[in-house]
Amino acid sequence: MLRVDHLSLTIGDKPILNDVSFAVAPGEILGIVGESGSGKSMTALSIMQLLPEGSRTAGSLTFGDHAILDADDTLMQDLRGDDMAMIFQEPMTALNPIHTIGAQVSEGMRLHQGLGRDAAEAQAVSLLDRVGLPPAHYPLTRFPHEMSGGQRQRVMIAMACAQEPDLLIADEPTTALDVTLQKQILDLLRSLVDEQGMGLILISHDLAVVADVTDSVLVMRNGQVVDEGATIPTLKALRHPYTAALAEASSHAPDRSALIKKQAKRPTEREPLLKCENLTRDYGGSAGLFGGARSFVRAVDHVDLQIDHGESVGLVGESGCGKSTLARMVLALDKPTGGTVRFQGADLFASNGEALKALRRNIQVVFQDPYASFNPRHRVGRIVAEPLYLEPGLSAADKQKRVADALQDVGLDSDASDRYPHEFSGGQRQRIAIARALVTRPALLVADEPVSALDVSIRAQIMDLLVKLQISHSIAMLFISHDLGVVRAMCDRVLVMDGGQIVERGAVDAVFDTPKSEAAKRLVAATPNLKLSLNRTASKSSGQAA
Amino acid sequence: MTAQASTPHQPLRSRSHTFWLQARSNRSFMTGIAITASVVAMALISFAWTPYDVLELDIASKLQSPSLSHWFGTDHFGRDILSMIMVGARNSIAVALVAVVIGIGVGVPLGCWAASRGGLMGEALMRGNDLIFAFPALLSAVIITAIFGPGAINAIIAIGIFNIPVFARLARGATLSLLTREFVLAARVAGKGSVRIIAEHILPNMANLLVVQGTIAFALGILQEAGLAYVGLGTQPPFPSWGKMLNEAQTMMSFAPHMAIVPGLAIVVTVLGLNLLGDGLRDILDPRLSKARE
Repeated sequence: MLRVDHLSLTIGDKPILNDVSFAVAPGEILGIVGESGSGKSMTALSIMQLLPEGSRTAGSLTFGDHAILDADDTLMQDLRGDDMAMIFQEPMTALNPIHTIGAQVSEGMRLHQGLGRDAAEAQAVSLLDRVGLPPAHYPLTRFPHEMSGGQRQRVMIAMACAQEPDLLIADEPTTALDVTLQKQILDLLRSLVDEQGMGLILISHDLAVVADVTDSVLVMRNGQVVDEGATIPTLKALRHPYTAALAEASSHAPDRSALIKKQAKRPTEREPLLKCENLTRDYGGSAGLFGGARSFVRAVDHVDLQIDHGESVGLVGESGCGKSTLARMVLALDKPTGGTVRFQGADLFASNGEALKALRRNIQVVFQDPYASFNPRHRVGRIVAEPLYLEPGLSAADKQKRVADALQDVGLDSDASDRYPHEFSGGQRQRIAIARALVTRPALLVADEPVSALDVSIRAQIMDLLVKLQISHSIAMLFISHDLGVVRAMCDRVLVMDGGQIVERGAVDAVFDTPKSEAAKRLVAATPNLKLSLNRTASKSSGQAA
Repeated sequence: MTAQASTPHQPLRSRSHTFWLQARSNRSFMTGIAITASVVAMALISFAWTPYDVLELDIASKLQSPSLSHWFGTDHFGRDILSMIMVGARNSIAVALVAVVIGIGVGVPLGCWAASRGGLMGEALMRGNDLIFAFPALLSAVIITAIFGPGAINAIIAIGIFNIPVFARLARGATLSLLTREFVLAARVAGKGSVRIIAEHILPNMANLLVVQGTIAFALGILQEAGLAYVGLGTQPPFPSWGKMLNEAQTMMSFAPHMAIVPGLAIVVTVLGLNLLGDGLRDILDPRLSKARE
């Protein structure tokens, strides 16, 4: 159905794709994996002819009987609406916020199939029902902002499937979603392919997702296809060193034996490093200008939490379960409605002035997004030095020394100080964020999804770095993530949060191998696991063969 | 992967040195500063010297077209238009500049305060702002001059008051969006208070907005001063201002077009120069844009 032959692409003078060839048959799911900048999204945009200004393509792209590269705008518009469709990573920005979902889903049908308003709306209802948004709960009059990220992504899929396209391209459709939603979306895509016999190109950086869903796979690097074949054999054989490196990185576990040994030798202290008791946080709903019932949301509900010196504790849960609110209270960024946070024996919210500064010195944070967490107008030296505000009386020379030490700890040259954050790559920026957190030599590091935004190979490096720093600096860590694999590799204990409460806690292996609570079971079942998928799918296909 | 920046190492330079290096290669900044500097120079020179005395009437040579003795011609009282433009620059620039300074100086702190404080106080502040905003500048100028009497100073105050809500709204919006950014959270983790966070993190990141809005407000200020002068509430005769010259020229457009063209051009060129200057400054001050241009 789709044939790509020797496709090359340059934008300006920059080569983007080089000699890319593959084919997609009806009913086939092709996975394209690779890291940022490998050209996987650009391949998709070439097929849709949605390339940026100044792009030059060579080679050939055939879709059905059409030579896409020679197609004019009118033909492409017809093809794009009717025969091929695309869904994007960010469902927040891909829907028009001022139109209802009904209008957006039915628009294409009215335009391309010439349906009347009523017929189109009737069809929109059945489509939304198919993607798991039954009209009784999700009427057509809803606006995108009234829906969650996962629901919006389903609306996107409904829009894309409205014309029953022959080819659907999904560019990282689940990267912005948590694991349980990811599983729902992937299952939905799979069933649509089975029922409608369309071809699907699934672009992902996650090998486990690709192994779970796709029939064949294309591994891309620097604009070239380095490895390809049927998914399971390719990912099992790992013939190409780059595929092997990706596979290693995506199930990477840092060596924590030294850390565990050191932890065992540590004398038990009377008081834990952090102790939260009955911690509760309500957000007041709108009371309304003219009175009315005051509703509130309980984001965190009577949570008890304890972290010992040098210990690594994971905090997992679906989006909106309250894990970030809990972290904000531990960081004293948000006052609890009830309960106490004791850190190093002192009540965090009863302290102020110098005492609070001394406590804050010992709790630092690393955020998820290495692009948003720096003031773009400050140089790295100033960024890393910021927490030293908590240590008044430090001379300029001392500060400089501390910044240089912190940068060295995270593996950056000290001349990084003079540059701006935008001059660094994502992984380097996350190193800078870690340096900022380490500069006050904290006892507790709160890491809020610190590796979720990174490519797998960079993720492995940052995980190694965090463990190395925990060993050398004796830092305890509260590690927040929706990725159970990363938590298992990084933590001793894990807490599972659901609806503001901690519903399960224990050693990571115990919780993840034999989950007891519903929330933990859900998470474990939804988490893609490369090894398991390979075995499961292999046994399934051998079963079919027999 | 080696953990090094992908860009080649550059020797460390002082901030002002890098600023000038970037400024020199920024064409709109250089053009803008050249125009603005000449207008300011013209206004300064007028304190010491003008080709003719602007207060001296010479009816015999009225309404002359541009010539060697009067480069820009003369008006209906025989005054030299070049001299009037030079003296008028003082009024126009001073009124517009001070009005922008009032707008930024009062409006930005108010907006930042309303945003970071929020709640009822912040809301009340912004509604008060809307109240001022609802009055056109000309109307509030009429009120102010009716109370304090006409004159350049009162025109400045009137236009300045009109600028306050413009900048307050801009600052509030920018502050609200910046306050949710992770680097602000990081600063709070570092124990910094809201005043310090606004100074270190919020203001530098809204500087480009302020520069652009400032140049627009400046241009509007020149036009508003002209409008006030027209209804007799701005600069008082016999002192010239660009706006007043333009308005006096309107009845004589058909037979002495130079009387309107010259002050009109002066306003256009000055505003253009300021806009170019603003654009250039915005690009130079933003480290991301300056990098992208290299």
